[in-house]
Amino acid sequence: MSSNRLELNQVRKCFGELEVLGDVSLTVRKGEFVSILGPSGAGKSTIFKLLTGPLAPDGGTISFDGQPLSPSRKPFAFMPQHDALMPWRRIIDNTTLGLEVQGMSRTEARRRVTPLFPEFGLQGFEQHWPAQLSGGMRQRAALLRTIVQQRDMLLLDEPFGALDALTRAGMQRWLQSMWARHNWTTLLITHDVREAVFLSDRIYVLTDRPAGVLIERSVSLPRPRLDLVTAEASAIEAELLHILLNSKAEPRTPSCSTAVV
Amino acid sequence: MARYSGLARAALVAVGRAAPAVLSIGTLLLIWELYARFADIAPTTLPAPSRVVTQAWEHRQTLLDNTVPTLIATLAGFCCSLFAAFGFSVLIDFSTPLRRALLPVFIISQTLPLVAIAPLIVLWFGFGLTPKIMLVALVTFFPMLVALVQGYAAADSDIEALLASMGAGRRRIFTLVRLPTSLPYFFAGLRISITYAVVGAIFAEYAGAAKGLGIYILNSKNNFRPDLVLAAVLVSASLTLLLFGATVLVQRAATPWARLGEGRQP
Repeated sequence: MSSNRLELNQVRKCFGELEVLGDVSLTVRKGEFVSILGPSGAGKSTIFKLLTGPLAPDGGTISFDGQPLSPSRKPFAFMPQHDALMPWRRIIDNTTLGLEVQGMSRTEARRRVTPLFPEFGLQGFEQHWPAQLSGGMRQRAALLRTIVQQRDMLLLDEPFGALDALTRAGMQRWLQSMWARHNWTTLLITHDVREAVFLSDRIYVLTDRPAGVLIERSVSLPRPRLDLVTAEASAIEAELLHILLNSKAEPRTPSCSTAVV
Repeated sequence: MARYSGLARAALVAVGRAAPAVLSIGTLLLIWELYARFADIAPTTLPAPSRVVTQAWEHRQTLLDNTVPTLIATLAGFCCSLFAAFGFSVLIDFSTPLRRALLPVFIISQTLPLVAIAPLIVLWFGFGLTPKIMLVALVTFFPMLVALVQGYAAADSDIEALLASMGAGRRRIFTLVRLPTSLPYFFAGLRISITYAVVGAIFAEYAGAAKGLGIYILNSKNNFRPDLVLAAVLVSASLTLLLFGATVLVQRAATPWARLGEGRQP
């Protein structure tokens, strides 16, 4: 068994008096695909903000490869909810963005990215503007922009949430096959139970705000997974859906309070 | 052959689009012309459009001599204003204290009545180019500044968060996201400003200048020549339209993605 890459231990986060993360503990091992499943507004995205942004937790610890996170160390490549492509940059220059920020020259970055376009189904669209691409293509371009940064771990925040159902199913299959080939260590945020079951090795189900881990469920379906809907997958999906719909956050003593003197 | 027919079709479309405007303006001019001719009004009160045009042609050399200084003042003042607006917009975007200190000053500058300020500036800086540049800058600065500041603020916070996750700092985020986002806003402000610019220069000249359309208008009025006043107005309006057209061309070249319809633009 490989060791933990990412480890969150009893992480808490408050915004003023609002407790967003109550007590979140989770781990992601090397090469593992893990999903965080929970209702909208449960504070799932806050976890990513703690990992990538300037936010710091109010309690608990976050470590990567056994070391605490520091501003100088950026092991994560982040893909936001919306594709966040820059409308004023051509597709190729959108995908090189992370490399340019790292200080690579534009020519060198383009040389690095170009060979990856066929695998992402974007060959021939290098010089297009984002507005000329379909939703699915934009999302693939956003994922390409994420993986070329060659970070240790991918953070995907509801990457297919804005797509129509058919395109989404196609993208999920495509991501599954890509992941099977590359073994990216991945943490996915989603509220789509079927998506979580189809893609993940393990799933953490979060409670409503303040978010805490309700259960941890491993998905031992054989890979490669070709069909989104199988009998085993549906059974797990039904089980998780039941848990999500019947969960009630147990009343807790509020631990976030603005100090009033 | 197909290319020719394509061009011809494009020309037809352009004519079709322009036709209503040509018709409305033509009608107004025609009414004016007929009224001036048949209502028995002296040309020293209301000259007919045809007289304005013929007199403009007759005095073309004097008009040109007075147009050049106005154009120079307009362009020089506008350039100063452009650089100042960009510089201050960056300062304001990066520093909240500076924003709080500077914005009220700029807003107050917009409340000053030009009629009072123009003669004072001429009194302080003389009849040369300086006061004209200052007045043009005064009237064109604010719309561009406001447009830029608003454009920066319109930047997509998702993209900014993404760049931060990539390790980009405040300055990097400004050049990669906030500045390009502000471009369509900036051009909207630029279009408003450019229509004020020529008028600003004429106002400065009206308050006192050696040469220029403003002083030409003043002299023509004092000589009871409303036809020449209107000829100068015609020239100034044409200048403004030309400058306006130029900004539209620059915008098209600078923001090729914005014409894709689906592109996110204000």
